[in-house]
Amino acid sequence: MRAKLRNILVLSLIIILVVAPFFVNQNASFGGADGEAEGIIKGLAPKYKPWFGSFWTPPSGEIESLLFSLQAAVGALIIGYYIGYKRAKHEPGENSEQ
Amino acid sequence: MQKRLRVVLASLLFVFLPFTRAGAMHIAEGFLPARWAGIWWAVSLPFLIFGMKKLREIVEEKPTGVKILLAVAGAFVFVLSSLKIPSITGSCSHPTGIGLGAVLFGPWPMVILGSIVLIFQALLLAHGGITTLGANVFSMAIVGGFVAYGAYKLAKKTGVPGGFSVFLAAFLANLATYIVTSVQLAGAFPASEGGFFAALMKFGSVFAVTQLPLAAVEGLLTVLVFNFLRSYSKDELAQLSEFQLGASSYEG
Repeated sequence: MRAKLRNILVLSLIIILVVAPFFVNQNASFGGADGEAEGIIKGLAPKYKPWFGSFWTPPSGEIESLLFSLQAAVGALIIGYYIGYKRAKHEPGENSEQ
Repeated sequence: MQKRLRVVLASLLFVFLPFTRAGAMHIAEGFLPARWAGIWWAVSLPFLIFGMKKLREIVEEKPTGVKILLAVAGAFVFVLSSLKIPSITGSCSHPTGIGLGAVLFGPWPMVILGSIVLIFQALLLAHGGITTLGANVFSMAIVGGFVAYGAYKLAKKTGVPGGFSVFLAAFLANLATYIVTSVQLAGAFPASEGGFFAALMKFGSVFAVTQLPLAAVEGLLTVLVFNFLRSYSKDELAQLSEFQLGASSYEG
């Protein structure tokens, strides 16, 4: 049970770290800011022009979030499958006492 | 261990509360001058070639359990680098997920697994880019992996408990990635006054600082998965140390 407690503790820490920003920084825009670095580049080298563009850019925010979700889903599927597989192997049968 | 962790995290929170800066991810397409893009491609290429060789060895020669675990390490990179997480600086950035695999399998296979994710994001999501892929591979898939691996080994050697070693490995790998990104950008765009270091401070405050709490989140997530592996995948972990693939000895 100690392990379980430890996991719960770690999980709560993660949640705190992720949620805290909304309280700490209530007026922030929370943009995904590759843009900020690009802004600094513009400041440091005003004449610099990106010499190459992306081959393809998701046509909308929806499509972009679709692809990001897909990426997360594929990864989570594999990890979830593995966890289930390993646990079932470890504790076979519904009535096994552990 | 939990106590120490909590203290470290709490102090991190307080140190970085005052910053309000946007965060960032990989270097965007076209945002490194051709010369620098070429240099980073050239630097990364030997790592990619050797990493490919190592990955092939695992896939062709190692037992199924180990291979499946490799898939899990890759999947972890997939999930984590898709999660854009808010940081106390008021912007979002994402973890890399490289640490877990680097501790388990050593840095070489992670060069390839990390690169696959970077290519996916460059081609389908317009995040990062093909011209800047060499630089992004170097910061995330190469430096990230080697830092995680080295940090884990060092932590174990100096008697740091297992869970905290894993945390440190993933935490430092994540930070190192974004510090390297800052160095890469500062090298390509030195400030007219103050040169490289002035630029480094600018980029560093954007990348590295936003990344601190996210690095902690990544460290904790990696610990969670690692705890699971330690209870349920003992055989595979033993095999990994037997083959001397990863940072060996996972007990403690």
